[in-house]
Amino acid sequence: MTDFRDLSLQGLWKNNPALVQLLGLCPLLAVTSTFINGLGLGLATMLVLIGSNVTVSLVRNIVRNEIRIPVFVLIIASFVTIVQLLMNAYTYELYLALGIFIPLIVTNCAIIGRAEAFASKNKPLASAYDGAMMGLGFTAVLVILGGLREVLGAGTLLAGADRLFGDAAKNWTVVLFETDSPFLLAILPPGAFLAMGLLIALKNMIDAKLAARETAPKEKAERARVTAET
Amino acid sequence: MKLSLSSSPHQRVRRDTGQVMRIVIYAMIPGMLAQTFFFGWGMLIQAVIAVFSAVLFEGVILYLRKRPIERTLTDYSAALTGLLIAISIPPTLPWWMTVIGVFFAIGVAKQVYGGLGFNIFNPAMIAYVVLLISFPAAMSLWLPATTQAGITPSFLDSVSLIFTGFTTSGYDVTQLRTIADGVTMATPLDTLKTDLTQGLTYSESLSKATFNGSFFDAAGAGWGWVSLAYLLGGLALVKTRVISWHIPGSMIVSVFICAAVLHLANGDVYASPLFHLLNGAVIVGAFFIATDPVSASTTPRGRIIFGAAIGFWIVIIRVFGGYPDAVAFAVIIMNMAVPLIDYYTRPRVYGKNVTSKRGAK
Repeated sequence: MTDFRDLSLQGLWKNNPALVQLLGLCPLLAVTSTFINGLGLGLATMLVLIGSNVTVSLVRNIVRNEIRIPVFVLIIASFVTIVQLLMNAYTYELYLALGIFIPLIVTNCAIIGRAEAFASKNKPLASAYDGAMMGLGFTAVLVILGGLREVLGAGTLLAGADRLFGDAAKNWTVVLFETDSPFLLAILPPGAFLAMGLLIALKNMIDAKLAARETAPKEKAERARVTAET
Repeated sequence: MKLSLSSSPHQRVRRDTGQVMRIVIYAMIPGMLAQTFFFGWGMLIQAVIAVFSAVLFEGVILYLRKRPIERTLTDYSAALTGLLIAISIPPTLPWWMTVIGVFFAIGVAKQVYGGLGFNIFNPAMIAYVVLLISFPAAMSLWLPATTQAGITPSFLDSVSLIFTGFTTSGYDVTQLRTIADGVTMATPLDTLKTDLTQGLTYSESLSKATFNGSFFDAAGAGWGWVSLAYLLGGLALVKTRVISWHIPGSMIVSVFICAAVLHLANGDVYASPLFHLLNGAVIVGAFFIATDPVSASTTPRGRIIFGAAIGFWIVIIRVFGGYPDAVAFAVIIMNMAVPLIDYYTRPRVYGKNVTSKRGAK
């Protein structure tokens, strides 16, 4: 029986595709210049991840082991094409903003990684749940990174929300501060690397704190002196 | 006879880190005086801001890292980093940009890597590059030399410019850059770069106002004197053996040779070696920046390669790149290569790999 609680924990925290597995860094670093771009790509990746995980799980007993990778890639590519066409139809401006990084979801190692490591060995429902949790973990990092870079670089949050949520979202943009000289480093790719490094450091710090709390209440062990002074 | 026994090291350290850093700071004084004379009070105000915030950031981060604060602060390395940032940025840069640069130098380039002695990159140059990439417009706003400027900002005006963006009488930096007859002044390197894109030749560019009233045709007004003043301080550092001659020597020779080759190939487009040496940050970079003992190569042969490669990249990036000056980029590129250079230039260990007369390996 699959433990859904464990799957959520793995996808969102312990085995987070972006922070721990460091997969899919190319789109992660390239498009997270704003909150909305990050959210858009994260949702697209999550949809592909769920779809491909379910399909791979359904065909896992039919596909011969020798040709499984090409089949996985074909399945993923089909779902990416579907998502790309959907975005082209319904969120055209976001589609233009993300550009080449939508078709490049195919090459996102997080997706083929889950197909190979999880979906090809588990039942469809568990695979779908795993895809959703991994996708959610990835999206969370994209959104945090995008939000961080947008606030530091441009002083706004949720700029261009109408690209994803339609015209109703046009006035969602929060202006935190206005500046004539934006902090370009945060928007440029080097800023993405720096912010990503800081996020990973933050996660490791929280993990270390948690680990320390678990082991803390132990009493000090008595140590016998094993080396004598000569 | 009585022999005294003691454990190694037997050689007494003649100067500790703090002394070395203080000597470097003293050696910068002639250059800083020249810079203040030609480019106004701004640089000294920047120095106060940068040194203060560098020491503050260092102290706070050391506290957070639970490291000895007083001992580390008294090695003066943070102060020196702040000072190097202050002399390389435009004197009228808004104060908060300076502070951001200092934060990246001390917080990211130095302390994240483990503090003094562990930083791969030269902290001051990381600050410069972060600022140049983030605020390209503000970072290229140099005022003309005071010997030519229409309006020279006073001390109060400089303070006001840095903290509010305007002088006390309401001028901003862009207006101050315009000299009496309405010509906007740029740095020598900027002037040449712009002129070349507009189809002017090198010698035509030298007739521009930026180059008037200097002792060499090729040196921009003020800039040549500033470079010579830093050269004086740098030679004093070599003389007192705070730095070895290898890095500055090979760097200057390399800039000279690379520029000379290009200049001889096409003197209309490529500037003369003296132009490259006297303008921009080559001299100060050669003596004060590339010689950073932590991020530079440590072997004698390695230092020569390190300096020569920096000189090569300076000329290449200046001539073919998008930015007018390149010392910071060149130093950072070669900082990355230092482990490789050190690996291949390790001095022979005494008694190892001897090619003796007997032919033994």
